[in-house]
Amino acid sequence: MPNILAVAETRGGALRKVALEAVTAARAVADAAGGGEVHALVFGPPGMSAKVESLAQHGADKVIVCEHAAYDKADAESMSATIAARAAGCPVVLLSASAQGKDLAPRVAAKLNAPLLSDCLTVQLSDNAVTVTHPTYTGKLIATLKAAPTPVVVSVRPNAFVPAVNAKALAAETIAPATDPAASRVKVTEVVATGGAKLDLGEAPVIISGGRGLKEAANFKLVEDLADAFGNAAVGATRAVTDDGWRPHADQIGQTGRLVSPDLYVAVGISGAIQHLAGMRTSKTIVAINKDAEAPIFKVADYGIVGDALEIVPVLTAAVRAARQSH
Amino acid sequence: MKIAVCIKRAPDMESRFKIAASGTAIDETGLKFDMSDFDGYAVEVALQINEKAGSGETTVICLGPDVVQETIRKALSMGADRGIQLKADSVPADSLAIAKALAAELKDGGYDLILFGKHALDTMTGGGGPMTAELLGLPCLTAASKLDFADGKATARRELEGGAELLEFPLPAVVTIDEGIARPRYPSLKGIMAAKKKPLDVKPAQLGEVRVTVEKMELPADRPPGRIIGTGPDAVPELVRLLQTEAKVL
Repeated sequence: MPNILAVAETRGGALRKVALEAVTAARAVADAAGGGEVHALVFGPPGMSAKVESLAQHGADKVIVCEHAAYDKADAESMSATIAARAAGCPVVLLSASAQGKDLAPRVAAKLNAPLLSDCLTVQLSDNAVTVTHPTYTGKLIATLKAAPTPVVVSVRPNAFVPAVNAKALAAETIAPATDPAASRVKVTEVVATGGAKLDLGEAPVIISGGRGLKEAANFKLVEDLADAFGNAAVGATRAVTDDGWRPHADQIGQTGRLVSPDLYVAVGISGAIQHLAGMRTSKTIVAINKDAEAPIFKVADYGIVGDALEIVPVLTAAVRAARQSH
Repeated sequence: MKIAVCIKRAPDMESRFKIAASGTAIDETGLKFDMSDFDGYAVEVALQINEKAGSGETTVICLGPDVVQETIRKALSMGADRGIQLKADSVPADSLAIAKALAAELKDGGYDLILFGKHALDTMTGGGGPMTAELLGLPCLTAASKLDFADGKATARRELEGGAELLEFPLPAVVTIDEGIARPRYPSLKGIMAAKKKPLDVKPAQLGEVRVTVEKMELPADRPPGRIIGTGPDAVPELVRLLQTEAKVL
């Protein structure tokens, strides 16, 4: 039975949601291929091994915790060496296609001399080959790719796998890094928070996004208020708006920015240029508020309202607050 | 600095794509091609570093059939000094095979800095940079949104989800470039004329074994057609009702 090695991502000594998604994906791949074990590999500072129960809850047969004081931050050189060292005998090494996972996965693939399949929506292992689906051409096309022979390194797109409980007894093992993080040449000197306490775009169930239709940077306050009203929302922006410096580049949703698929996407004052649609068209429900009834955003919006965003959004914010309070 | 920038030719992403008869690729008929977006940022970063230093050389490297010479000329017209085409009949879907060809070319080049875009907009894999770094044994950092060279020390910033890392690294190194770092310049007429005379070497690509194949290329499932539910603030109660009862997201 093939065992799958899943890298469960942490930041600042805490598991991220993508960690549970990676373990869920690995569990599904292992079960479909005949029921091998899932080995979750976690990097964190000393004490991390006390915080990995949820990985067993989501289907990891074994949790390998690589503890080192350096791992309150990422250290790609020693982490990729450790992943490669633990990959022996695993036909699939699975990571998240997050900023960290997209950095680690190619390094691991090169170390193992294994093919890489990036940013996958589905993953299948059979007959010594791995077949995946992967969005290409900025998400306008879906490619089915096949890599053989195994081992193959795979990264899975955040939000493509919904964390599923599949409880196993916790079997944890603590290991040391395969190479000394102190010897790594690239050093992370600092991790700065850019979103404050707000939810990240890749993890928020609801995204409220603003475009030029808001007329000026100060009016993003309306978008933030609506996000507050939902309580579980992050704020995004179009490229036009980030290029003009109204919002940081990191908030840009689109083909060159973040690719998101939340449960609800509310596009405020966004016309729906192709480059923006590429970043959000896989959202489950799309709401659009725009004054131009002919704007392309209305072609993909499940619910569109034509009108001035500056008038409509405050009314919607109040209505959402009222609806949530009546629960 | 002696800088190499590895670039890729990709179709204009605003195009309406059609699937080729083979079912495993796009139909390239009538498509406009250019340098992939992030690679344009990487070329710009290289040019700015050397302009600021007042010395240095920028080499652009592109793998593919002869049509990629157009893409190399674009980078030369922006101001790069010389180009290298690693000639291959097509660009494989296997990024490790490509990285092996790039590493073979870069190995003895004596480059201080090797830049890539963070990923190509067509294949969206982002493997080439870190893989090439591994093969060359060089330090690597990905998706840099800021780069600084001062007092013999290189520093960078890379964006994470909801945060950013500040990093320090030694040269030589491989760095992949995110957008927002610099706005790629348009080639001037003078630049376009000068590019015609700049050296462009053609060498066979020493691709590694290709182990990734495209089995199928398809359009994503269509969304149901959009629906406008009303006009102005009066439509808000109906929207809230639909979000609660139909979409069940509120």
